[in-house]
Amino acid sequence: MTPPQSNWRDATAPLWRNNMAFAQLAGLCPLLAVSTTVVAGLALGIATAAVVVLVSTTMALLRPLVSPAARLPLALVLLAGLVTAIDFISAALLYDLHEVLGLFIPLIVVNTGILAHAREVAANRGVGFTLISSIATGVGFLFALLALGALREALGTGTLLGGIEMLAGESSRSLTLHLPWNGMLVAVLPPGAFFGMALLLALRSRLMRARESQQPEHAQERPQ
Amino acid sequence: MASGRAQLLATALLISAAASAALYGVHEAYDWSEERIAANERARVVARLNSVLDPSLLGRDLSTVLISATDPDLLGTSAPIDVFVLFESGTPVATILAPVAPHGYNAAISVLLGIAPDGTLTGVRAIRHRETQGLGDAIEVAKSDWILQFNGKSLSMPVPALWAISQDDGELDSISGATVTSRAVVAAIKDALLYFEQHRDELYARAAQTAAETNDL
Repeated sequence: MTPPQSNWRDATAPLWRNNMAFAQLAGLCPLLAVSTTVVAGLALGIATAAVVVLVSTTMALLRPLVSPAARLPLALVLLAGLVTAIDFISAALLYDLHEVLGLFIPLIVVNTGILAHAREVAANRGVGFTLISSIATGVGFLFALLALGALREALGTGTLLGGIEMLAGESSRSLTLHLPWNGMLVAVLPPGAFFGMALLLALRSRLMRARESQQPEHAQERPQ
Repeated sequence: MASGRAQLLATALLISAAASAALYGVHEAYDWSEERIAANERARVVARLNSVLDPSLLGRDLSTVLISATDPDLLGTSAPIDVFVLFESGTPVATILAPVAPHGYNAAISVLLGIAPDGTLTGVRAIRHRETQGLGDAIEVAKSDWILQFNGKSLSMPVPALWAISQDDGELDSISGATVTSRAVVAAIKDALLYFEQHRDELYARAAQTAAETNDL
């Protein structure tokens, strides 16, 4: 029996310590492909978070009924249905943004981070733990998309929140921030995604190391 | 053995139930969004119709008739495309085609082109594309003036043999770094002009008939 405090710590680990993108290095394909702007990252992040919360929580609710062998097919069926529905609905409501995200909404189905969460956490922990942990997973992935999106958009096109009107309507167009430089094309091209991701991983690793040396009692702990 | 079989059955039932629920959800989502998506697609085209018209037509009292046309060879898709014929007091003054350039670098490119009755282009826009950011996306009028070079062009200027980018010994400019994109768009425009040349009177007649039928209702 683990103490509640440790439970909470485990459930929220995907926010930062066990972040889907930065620690598990899962779901990198959509992350690298879509993070050309903050707005595209935000939209895909919200869709991914919604999917991981719904699928993992449903899996946790159904856990007593599901034999271990049936977990993966069940998770895939739920994922496929949910993601297809989200694809249709986002095309109906946010058509321009849907065009930008293109293939990457359907590809949420094969996001390994979501599948891992549905298989590992939802299959072994309670509904409450799974709910909190899936929210942390979704928000953590959203954070990764926003961080990489902001870095690449700022460097690549010299703006921040460009195209926000596709998400929040014409009235939000003025939120776009124009930075005092012109973009550097490579940042928004695919190689820029890898450079940006490498920079963020290095930065995170530095932050983690600084923290570990401050708190030696957690130094042993490794993300699973 | 029996319990193993029972468990197998239970699993099969569970997966089937989940698949049925997922299918039902997808069906509902499709029903709900189908018309909205089609309306969004058309709204995007309609919102940009004016951008490919001869500016002297803007502000005049035109009636727009929507018909469709199918020609896999010249219009780039086996599906019907939208054709808007604009009438001014019963006379066709402009035709707007929405064909597809199937050989874009990453995917097909949707194009909108306005054609005067004499076959002269009054404007071309790329409506939907997946071309590379910073290179092929120069087909967007917001990114570069490249697409404006087609204004005033027709199949007699340049002649069809020269309707190609300069790399292919044609007379049209290409986007530097995006030869494939330029070639695809130029070919689609040329084909659409050919289609218009061959079908102009038929399009006008069908549009006039559609307008008459709509007025009768």
